[in-house]
Amino acid sequence: MAGQSDAELSLFSAEELEFIAEDEIVDIVPNLKMGPLNFISGDFGPFIPQIVAQVPLWLAVALKKRGKCSICPPQWMSVDKLTQVLEAERNSQEMSEQLPFHYVEISRLLFDHAHDDIPDAYMVSIKMVLPCRIMPWGFFKCFALLSSVQVRSLIEDIRDVRFHKVETDLEAFNGRTIAVKIKNLSAMEVNIVRPFIGRALQAFYKHDSPELIPDPERVPDRRPQVVQNAPRRQLRR
Amino acid sequence: MASSSMDGSIPTMDEFEALLSTTDVELLKRAWRSEKASPEILRYDTDLVSRLTEQIQLMEETVEEKSTSGADPLSLSLYQMDLDRTLFLLRSYLRVRIQKIEKYMFHIRKTDELWNRLSKGEKDFTSRKGSSNLHAYAYRYYASLVFESNEFSCCRCIEDLKQHLEESVLSKLPENYQSVEKQSVISEEDDMVPEPRLDTFVLCRSKEYLSGIQLEDGPVDDRSKLFEMEPGVLYFICYKSIKPLVESGKIDLL
Repeated sequence: MAGQSDAELSLFSAEELEFIAEDEIVDIVPNLKMGPLNFISGDFGPFIPQIVAQVPLWLAVALKKRGKCSICPPQWMSVDKLTQVLEAERNSQEMSEQLPFHYVEISRLLFDHAHDDIPDAYMVSIKMVLPCRIMPWGFFKCFALLSSVQVRSLIEDIRDVRFHKVETDLEAFNGRTIAVKIKNLSAMEVNIVRPFIGRALQAFYKHDSPELIPDPERVPDRRPQVVQNAPRRQLRR
Repeated sequence: MASSSMDGSIPTMDEFEALLSTTDVELLKRAWRSEKASPEILRYDTDLVSRLTEQIQLMEETVEEKSTSGADPLSLSLYQMDLDRTLFLLRSYLRVRIQKIEKYMFHIRKTDELWNRLSKGEKDFTSRKGSSNLHAYAYRYYASLVFESNEFSCCRCIEDLKQHLEESVLSKLPENYQSVEKQSVISEEDDMVPEPRLDTFVLCRSKEYLSGIQLEDGPVDDRSKLFEMEPGVLYFICYKSIKPLVESGKIDLL
């Protein structure tokens, strides 16, 4: 996507988005006994072995790293659900609303740190993983028939399909576009298209504004023009 | 410009409970995201920051206490993580604001509305005398805020920058072009003062149903028609047209 180099327009880095997503609540099954934790960001626990507890993702990951719990992957991360979502995404130009706002970050964090807790996510033989990546779209269904399709590659496919849709939607922009409504786009997706959309809309806005359309009756003078409400000439930078 | 249909309604029980369960960290996170996304500087929430600074201090003491009393190292490290996350958020929030102040200080100084949005420390930072090293003072400034020791009196950003520009460039230009604020003496207004671009398009989300938002000054008629916002849906929209709604906290930027 265009404009990734412009730090000012992309605003949030991937790490910052991850930081935000780490506050999402997940279920864990602790295997240790620990009293309640009274954090600045809220109270969690107490933790009793084999009793499900709700904690923010960062805490779940921290406990998991120390081998103190297993993370229950959210319901939407099951193979069944993801296959459904993928199907829905492929059948409609609309964005599916079944995935959470931070689905990319959450799944990424869980894959990185709680790989063994995700059903069917264990490394299927390399043979399986490779074809999924290089295959043309049409063949996907054949593979969905095979029992253990990786959750990871499903999510990657969903991402690809969704992103393709976003790109097609962008083509519909024209000079009259003054506001864009975005339904069900996730945090990461929005962050990727933000620099492009922001700048495109701004350019439309700028070239459309009446102040910038030259007035033929006005005698041109040599004074630097001061244009109200319009972006100034940036001489200083 | 703002809608008339969204005057202050009494919060329902649900909203009230949601308000109670919202932690200060959550509020700061919202403020941080809005601040990062907005082209101009937003109001500084003095109460929120001071509440959080207190909580951070308290937590630092607790962690300190626990580490000396030999408490469970696991829970200790978790407390430390929580503390670090909050500190990161606070520092990042203050840092974003400092960046904006450094960029638009002349503009902020002469616009009362913006000037009043700064915290006391930020005002000092912008105008008072001090060293010429901006960044050292910027650092001290937020260090002083985070650790709440006001002994670091902050600096004279504006004066320093002015002095620097005058010494290095302006004094060597012809007489008519020596102003920091104007291109030349015949300029009618201060056309050399960098201002935030309010026509930036921002990404936003409303908490409630809003109607009657005017997307202002379009050349075509259908531009002036009123715009509606559904709660929870994302919109790319020109910052100018939702500015009052951002200021009143009805819309979050992200």
